[in-house]
Amino acid sequence: MSHSAYYVPAQSRWPIIASIALFLMAFGAGSLINGLANNSGGLGLTLLLAGAFAMGMILVGWFRTVINESQGGLYSPQMDRSFRWGMSWFIFSEVMFFAAFFGVLFYVRVLAVPWLGGEGEKGVSQMLWQGFEAQWPLLTTPDMEQFPGAVGVIDPWHLPLLNTAILVTSSFTLTLAHHALKVDDRPRTILWLGTTVLLGLVFLLFQFSEYVEAYEELGLTLNSGIYGATFFILTGFHGLHVTLGTLMLIIIWLRVMNGHFSPDYHFGFEATAWYWHFVDVVWVGLFIFVYVL
Amino acid sequence: MNTLTRTIEHTEQHGPAEGLSRWFFTTNHKDIGTLYLWFSFAMFLTGGCMALMIRAELFQPGLQLIEPGFFNQMTTMHGLIMVFGAVMPAFVGLANWMLPLMVGAPDMALPRMNNWSFWILPFAFAMMLSTLFMEGGGPNFGWTFYAPLSTTYAPPSVTFFIFAVHMMGISSIMGAINVVVTILNMRAPGMTMMKLPLFVWTWLITAFLLIAVMPVLAGVVTMMLMDIHFGTSFFNAAGGGDPVLFQHVFWFFGHPEVYIMILPAFGIVSEIIPTFARKRLFGYASMVYATASIAFLSFIVWAHHMFTVGIPLMGELFFMFATMLIAVPTGVKVFNWVATMFRGSMTFETPMLFALAFVVLFTIGGFSGLMLAIAPADFQYHDTYFVVAHFHYVLVPGAVFAIMAGVYYWLPKWTGHYYNETLGKVHFWISFIGVNLTFFPMHFIGLAGMPRRIPDYALQFADFNMVASVGAFIFGFSQLIFLVLVIKTIRGGDRAPAQVWEHPQGLEWTLPSPAPYHSFVEPPEVK
Amino acid sequence: MRVAAQFLLLALASGASPAYADWQLNMPRGVTEISHAVFDLHMIIFWICVAIAVVVFGVMFWSIFHHRKSRGARAENFHENTLVEVIWTLVPFVILIGMAVPATATLVKMYDSSDAEVDIQVTGYQWKWRYQYLGEDIDFFSSLTTPREQINNEAPKDENYLLEVDNPLVIPAGKKVRFLVTAADVIHSWWVPAFAVKKDAIPGFINEAWTNVPEPGIYRGQCAELCGKDHGFMPIVVEVKPQAEYDQWLVDTRAAQAATAAAASQVLSMDELMAKGEQVYNTACAACHQTNGQGLGSVFPALKGSKIALGDIEAHIDIVVNGKAGTAMQAFKDQLSAVDLAAVITWERNAWGNNVGDKVDPATIQKLKEGTE
Ligand code: HEA
Ligand code: HEA
Ligand code: HEC
Ligand code: CUA
Ligand SMILES: [Cu+2]
Repeated sequence: MSHSAYYVPAQSRWPIIASIALFLMAFGAGSLINGLANNSGGLGLTLLLAGAFAMGMILVGWFRTVINESQGGLYSPQMDRSFRWGMSWFIFSEVMFFAAFFGVLFYVRVLAVPWLGGEGEKGVSQMLWQGFEAQWPLLTTPDMEQFPGAVGVIDPWHLPLLNTAILVTSSFTLTLAHHALKVDDRPRTILWLGTTVLLGLVFLLFQFSEYVEAYEELGLTLNSGIYGATFFILTGFHGLHVTLGTLMLIIIWLRVMNGHFSPDYHFGFEATAWYWHFVDVVWVGLFIFVYVL
Repeated sequence: MNTLTRTIEHTEQHGPAEGLSRWFFTTNHKDIGTLYLWFSFAMFLTGGCMALMIRAELFQPGLQLIEPGFFNQMTTMHGLIMVFGAVMPAFVGLANWMLPLMVGAPDMALPRMNNWSFWILPFAFAMMLSTLFMEGGGPNFGWTFYAPLSTTYAPPSVTFFIFAVHMMGISSIMGAINVVVTILNMRAPGMTMMKLPLFVWTWLITAFLLIAVMPVLAGVVTMMLMDIHFGTSFFNAAGGGDPVLFQHVFWFFGHPEVYIMILPAFGIVSEIIPTFARKRLFGYASMVYATASIAFLSFIVWAHHMFTVGIPLMGELFFMFATMLIAVPTGVKVFNWVATMFRGSMTFETPMLFALAFVVLFTIGGFSGLMLAIAPADFQYHDTYFVVAHFHYVLVPGAVFAIMAGVYYWLPKWTGHYYNETLGKVHFWISFIGVNLTFFPMHFIGLAGMPRRIPDYALQFADFNMVASVGAFIFGFSQLIFLVLVIKTIRGGDRAPAQVWEHPQGLEWTLPSPAPYHSFVEPPEVK
Repeated sequence: MRVAAQFLLLALASGASPAYADWQLNMPRGVTEISHAVFDLHMIIFWICVAIAVVVFGVMFWSIFHHRKSRGARAENFHENTLVEVIWTLVPFVILIGMAVPATATLVKMYDSSDAEVDIQVTGYQWKWRYQYLGEDIDFFSSLTTPREQINNEAPKDENYLLEVDNPLVIPAGKKVRFLVTAADVIHSWWVPAFAVKKDAIPGFINEAWTNVPEPGIYRGQCAELCGKDHGFMPIVVEVKPQAEYDQWLVDTRAAQAATAAAASQVLSMDELMAKGEQVYNTACAACHQTNGQGLGSVFPALKGSKIALGDIEAHIDIVVNGKAGTAMQAFKDQLSAVDLAAVITWERNAWGNNVGDKVDPATIQKLKEGTE
């Protein structure tokens, strides 16, 4: 291990302002959501937007500082390792976040729904829901008045399959971009990165049209019972992560165009790539467990 | 380029900045550690006052001081604040102060993020406390917030509670990432993993637990939010969900969470006992493996909090066996501490007193934990004061005593002054008596059948409740002594040398007291 | 240390022969085979812990006394010993296996609710219990009867303060009784310590539990899961009767229920309705809406001056009879008789200066009740 002096940044205003922004966002979102019920979320919306705007500015500023420091050669290899570890553990925390929702999906499929339908060790529960039959995907819920169920589910072999292909391909194109960067072939890096961004956007577009179909044609909504709930929470959070990943890719893309990164030092690029691959893997899990099985 | 040169110049600066900006903008691990510790103490007082409100109401049967609805808010807030506001931040504070000193690093690995982790907390708790003043009152569903009491039947302020939990989660995850990275990447040359002080080891494993389970907590509160406001049915059988599902996800977080609150305490005690027994820690390697086993097991025992919810028999048995297993590695730790004292040369300064009390009282709490683990017996203990006795034994004379032991142990290193030993001992003895007076009788009222979370109780529980309430006030007031002592030590006192105690082990004692603002600018060489 | 030691001694002394006095220290042994098994498990594990504590703390205190610097002790150098470490890993492990065996056996027995002779569905409500005897056509609610004055320290407290109800659950002695435990709103937990039965009542699901009480008697318990404001005020009372008395009770209760239903065709005067209504209101509604009708905070609305109570009578009847889904306002159609419902609605419309002046006939309610069945 080489131990050149470790860079300890000077005092920074970013964190505390970011905390305030986060607070505004949280408080605003809380007021907004609570207000929805009685149509009085105006102030909440303002706070939320102000907070989000501030947060956006801060992130830009904060990252600019980091990028400047990095470009200014302040970062030692040890620092680089810190970033790598940091990013890896962050992704691990994301894995656990999704794991929770997958756990929920398995629990309701394997245990809760069959119990309600009279199967398994707690099958007596069916006494409370006479006439309810367990099936998956759950289209007819125990209480159709409160949770009206869905007419149908998304056919995995159309859009979802296509989306799987798109995301898997995007992982490849991103790897191609990485290889190009390593041999300092800028134009090809830019080309492949651009392709990846495009694939991400197309994925999001398809996902959006799928949601429209779910709501308008299939009656598959958040309110349609546990199938809809697990479907939307899993695909929804995945979609948010794709959105974030695409944004990160766009930033990296712009940086590559501006001549940032060197063939042997480009952690920002790699971190984004790791994140993207992670988002991909989650999708494959989703495709199998949410759509196909 | 201009900003850049400025930044570089700033790096050269050595002392802390002046005034408030030092605390708001700091990237220094010691300043951040100090912030965490003071914040934690403030929360300890807040949560403690709520506990005293509970104890005052329970002093006698009948409703005297507060309404049942408000009582529930107090119970809930007390639990949440003590867990997330007092104990966890205190350990993070100690980690911030001590990890760089112990591994020979200049600072934490990610200093700016470190500042952010801290500053999120005051805002999160401000939001959480503000719910008490909202329409319908604050969270009143227990710190475990079981659905549907916390969803369909919750007061509107639950939305803010959920976002506050999200914020605490972000803070904890970032803090934990910082700890892991510091330990893995910032060690001085020669400081191999198996040379790490135990406090560092236990924190490494704690941080891993945090990163693994805080996202799950975030997930479960998110599902609550969806159920409350967006029409989903995760925790509602009418739509095919299950209220018990909430408990599974919550306790998948919750059980590791309780070890998050005890593993660093094990670490502290493992530092202190060898120092005052003047003998190397017995069984270093087995301590490390035991900690790792506890962490591993903590992921597969969660349903011991749910023995009565009607889990199928096989599940119940599995969770019972897994839970009982935890006694084995924990026992290894206790035995190792005792073996360290055995044939040592002991003295009993305040940190040692707290550490010894920890060993005894934590073990008592562990024993009652083991009793709770016996599922058929838990049918009688569950949701009674026996459980309250159990977890206060592991948390108050467990986690909190260890924190205090740590503060006494390292305070001279932080401030450069010795604390007043007499005052420290007075604090210890009053706390010790107070704590036992408060929580020991809870075993009895629990066994006799008093449920927890009730504002009023049947007559046969009256006597011990009175004892417990008296004890709580004694214990509470004795914390004022602690406050006075710490402030006095910061202000002045006998000068402490680099080696505060007689031949303590560890890199932190090679630096002068108080430790310089930037810890190890030049990494030390570890033999 | 001394205080703790004293308590421990007390605990030990009472361990073998449980005292039921006020300073009761130990778990009651209970009255069923299962509760005895549980008590024995509790005592075994307790004594194991005590024994380990004696050894561990013994060594520790011995070291504290003898290996202290002030007595001139010099520290030794040893700091590991594989053999010892292996031993103290294995010994606890073996002890735990010894403990797991009887625990498993007891648990298996507790889970076997087959071949029950009486089936009772137990449903938790905020904050009362409902007991439905399956196949017996008996269905009633059971709620706290301790007067408010006692709770508010305005009157001396009875012996069974907070542990008394209007309609206790009645079961036959010496018969296996199965409980199908569920809830209507939030999670409750049905607990009778003397039977060692504690089962959570999960809304939408049914948990099974059972007991077989050899001796007649009255046994008391409490809701054991936080279920909101009055969680501390929903006790359980079980009356175990000899078979013959139980059979008689079945007959009497069925007759009484039939009489209440028949009363629905009565026409009552305003005064009668108001008098009855006040009484019903105070037992069934005041917990949330308060005796003075002013509600509690923003969660439990005031009925005094409420739009519904002053407005359209149909809407008023509807919310009381059918409740409001997703709120604490439950459907009272199964909880109260037609007469009670008519009375309480009449009361709400005319009490606390609400003076609407109209009244509800039991027959109207009865029609609604039948219509929804
Ligand atoms: C610091 C926190 C902490 C710690 C360390 C523990 C440690 C343990 N806990 Fe505890 N627990 C809590 C905090 C903690 N707990 C909290 C907060 C709750 C309540 C949550 C709520 O509902 O609000 C709770 C509740 C709780 C329950 C649920 C009770 C119920 O609600 O019905 C159970 C059940 O199994 C349990 C078991 C255990 C066990 C087996 C251990 C073990 O780790 C203990 C192991 C230690 C020892 C056993 C002692 C030392 C060992 C030896 C000397 C070796 C030899 C010993 C033998 C072979 C016996 N705990
Ligand atoms: C680390 C966690 C922690 C800590 C430190 C404590 C500390 C204390 N706890 Fe508690 N407690 C919990 C975690 C903790 N608790 C949890 C998780 C629950 C479950 C919640 C739930 O059911 O949801 C709980 C529940 C709980 C209950 C049960 C409530 C119920 O079921 O209704 C009680 C009752 O006595 C109690 C008491 C106390 C007391 C007296 C202290 C004392 O040790 C506190 C001492 C501290 C002070 C008193 C403050 C400091 C001193 C001063 C400010 C100076 C003096 C000032 C005055 C005297 C005004 N706690
Ligand atoms: C467990 C608590 C609880 C009990 C017991 C209870 N209520 Fe309610 N009640 C509520 C809540 C909560 C609401 C508000 C529902 C809503 O959100 O609209 C309510 C609403 C009402 C309303 C409508 C008031 C308005 O202006 O919106 C009436 C009338 C009413 N209850 C009558 C009764 C009667 C009669 C009883 C007893 C027989 C009773 N309630 C018992 C909780 C309760
Ligand atoms: Cu019902 Cu607690
Ligand atoms: Cu646990």
